[in-house]
Amino acid sequence: MENIGALSLLLAFCFSIYSVAASLVGKWKRKPFLVLSAERAVYAIWALVSVASGILVYALLTGDFRLAYVAAHSNKAMPNVYKFSAWWGGQEGSLLFWSFLLASYAAIVVWTNRKKFRDMMPYVVSVLMVTQAFFLMLITFIVPPFQVLAVGKGITDVGDGNGLNPLLQYWTMAIHPPMLYLGYVGFVVPFAFAFASLVTRQPGEAWIHETRRWTIITWAFQSSGILLGAGWAYAVLGWGGYWGWDPVENASLLPWITATAFLHSVMMQEKKGMMKVWNMVLISSTFFLCIFGTFLTRSGVLSSVHAFATSPIGNYFVAFLAAGIALTVYLILDRLDYLKSEAHLESVVSRESAFLFNNLILLASCFAVLWGTMFPLISEAVTGEKISVDAPFFNRVNVPIGLFLLFLTGVGPLIAWRRSSVESLKRAFLAPSIAGLALIVLLAVLGVRHPYALISFGLCLFVTVTVAMEFWKGARQIAAKSGQNLAAAMVELTHRNTRRYGGYLVHMGIVLMFIGFTGAAFNKDATLEVAPGQMFRLGAYEMKVTDLIKGQNDNYQWAYSHVEIFQNGSQIGVLKPERRMYLSPPQPTSEVAIRRRLNEDLYLNFANVTEDGKVVLQAYIFPLVSWIWIGYWVLLIGTLICLAPSKQKLSYARTQVVGITKKHATVES
Amino acid sequence: MNTYVKFGILTVAILGTLGWLAAGGISETKTYYKTLAELEQLGDQARDKRLRVGGDVEQGSIERNGKDVSFMLTAEGKRLKVVYTGTDPLPDTFRDGAQALADGRLGPDGVFQASRIQAKCASKYEAKPGGKYDKLPVQEKPADKAAL
Repeated sequence: MENIGALSLLLAFCFSIYSVAASLVGKWKRKPFLVLSAERAVYAIWALVSVASGILVYALLTGDFRLAYVAAHSNKAMPNVYKFSAWWGGQEGSLLFWSFLLASYAAIVVWTNRKKFRDMMPYVVSVLMVTQAFFLMLITFIVPPFQVLAVGKGITDVGDGNGLNPLLQYWTMAIHPPMLYLGYVGFVVPFAFAFASLVTRQPGEAWIHETRRWTIITWAFQSSGILLGAGWAYAVLGWGGYWGWDPVENASLLPWITATAFLHSVMMQEKKGMMKVWNMVLISSTFFLCIFGTFLTRSGVLSSVHAFATSPIGNYFVAFLAAGIALTVYLILDRLDYLKSEAHLESVVSRESAFLFNNLILLASCFAVLWGTMFPLISEAVTGEKISVDAPFFNRVNVPIGLFLLFLTGVGPLIAWRRSSVESLKRAFLAPSIAGLALIVLLAVLGVRHPYALISFGLCLFVTVTVAMEFWKGARQIAAKSGQNLAAAMVELTHRNTRRYGGYLVHMGIVLMFIGFTGAAFNKDATLEVAPGQMFRLGAYEMKVTDLIKGQNDNYQWAYSHVEIFQNGSQIGVLKPERRMYLSPPQPTSEVAIRRRLNEDLYLNFANVTEDGKVVLQAYIFPLVSWIWIGYWVLLIGTLICLAPSKQKLSYARTQVVGITKKHATVES
Repeated sequence: MNTYVKFGILTVAILGTLGWLAAGGISETKTYYKTLAELEQLGDQARDKRLRVGGDVEQGSIERNGKDVSFMLTAEGKRLKVVYTGTDPLPDTFRDGAQALADGRLGPDGVFQASRIQAKCASKYEAKPGGKYDKLPVQEKPADKAAL
């Protein structure tokens, strides 16, 4: 079985090389059958990688511990879902998973474009397959997933495996890596189209239209992956944080930031023909940051709480990145004439300028995060001393950036293209500004003193009012014309321009998340040793530990304490923070108990039991944290609405600019 | 004034502010990675800096005293007493024999006051030839890569 798996991967590797060669030769020598056969090779690769993946998953599910990978990452006691998720639990498997996702994406791309973009597709296929060849090379030659333990040559029998790290045995952790990987891998496609359109000097913005959905879907996967990771950290790691500026977390954030910048700045290119070079740079950066993110998580160059050992694949990633970046930079510089902007910036107070600042700020944030993440390597190279920077550094830079972005979220969509008059600014922003300022004053009077928190809440209301006004204005017009009620009119409005109103919903999701983030300014915590029967207090809650219960199952031993929660003298609930001792690998984990409410979460972590039988509890209050998860769902719904087709075909009347070639200025239908 | 000049001024102002914040953030939170041997050589200098030291948690050295946890960190034959006084719970991976990173400052008594501990149990996550399958029934020599 494992031989078939390994052979499939080897064949897939050969096919990917063939596909690159056939695409390029077929294109240059004008042999359509070669191009076609290259595309068929893409399907074959998908089939081969699927077979290999299927064999590995089968081995994991049936517990074939002869395989080194299975023995290292699963055991008999694990539930099936985690056996399955062990597919991406270790290095070899996760690279295979990457390769499988890429193969699937590539097959979809080739299928959906089988009659389109004939001149561009050979290059698209080449880019996809070069990337594929790289990953297949890694799993064929460097870190093969189908290594068999030397049974009979040193090891007699492998009865059971090591098991999956118990911290990862949690439902969001089963789907967090796939989501993130779907995001990472997905950006190969827009990049491939951008690259191909650059090589072939495609007129117009075909690649942007073609890959818009890809980008949005991929972005949604990536957002989901990041948020699931945050949710996991919050519910599992026991310190109540959802983001620690850990290198691996940062690695997932970096491409998300550039992708977000890209999603915004392509609008400039679609509607105004501006920022073409910039968009090329952004989509390329996103792609390379995705590869870089995989590299960071998989190579262990930076010490991180994410437990990945140093491995031999680091150098290969560096070489791949260096070659790819060099080629892309060369190509962009060589084709600058083709990327010439069709319009000019006319005023600092304009939508264009809001977009530019949005991009500038996002890129600054990306750079700061990258700089902070790489600081140990940079400082070691420059001064010889390895110096790391901590969460406070990231917060200091990113909190103001976040607030400025929030401000632009409110301003950008409402400000006019080209230039805005004072009159129109007043009309659009007077009410929201008054509302935001009023909230700041009110909160200050109520005793909130944290400056960033005040600004953040004020801006959240500011953005909310701008979005609400947009919906209300549009819906009222429709309601007046059609006689529908306002709610039906809002649905109709959204349906007519899904991208715009879906986008507003995404913005609202971000606003809700900011409310959640801001709540962190008011966290409370206490560490207590409590004897059973004793009462203790945190914030508005009184708590009483009534019992300590112990037990054991196949997978772990457990102990939990029964904590009764009282508020104003009456019992409002029971929390059962638990501590587990997994048997394989022998590792303790905390199962925190959380009372989730919209205003605040009460969070209990069972830290320890003292020798005299007292329970050591860590109690936290996290105000507003639930709004982060609610914001995520709003963001996701907004993204899905963006993807839905609008009721009417919209023709964006592109602003006609004097002095550009006719070809570029034609309105795209 | 030209729009591009205005835009340029705003850009410089924004980036300048962020750069200033970043520089402050770095000097405030920078932490020096030191090995235990380097720590000894530093002597008094070591007390001014935030440090990060790494090593293995010595078997049986973890002592819990109320909220404080103390343990011995060992690396390359050197030992260092570490007291953790932070508020966050210690990671679940922190236990005897784990690899640990401690962030904090060296006290005048030579005890390392850690405000943050990171830990991982090295053997369990990734393959280390010869080290990983020791709990599996091994007959003669440990499984090394060449034999696989």
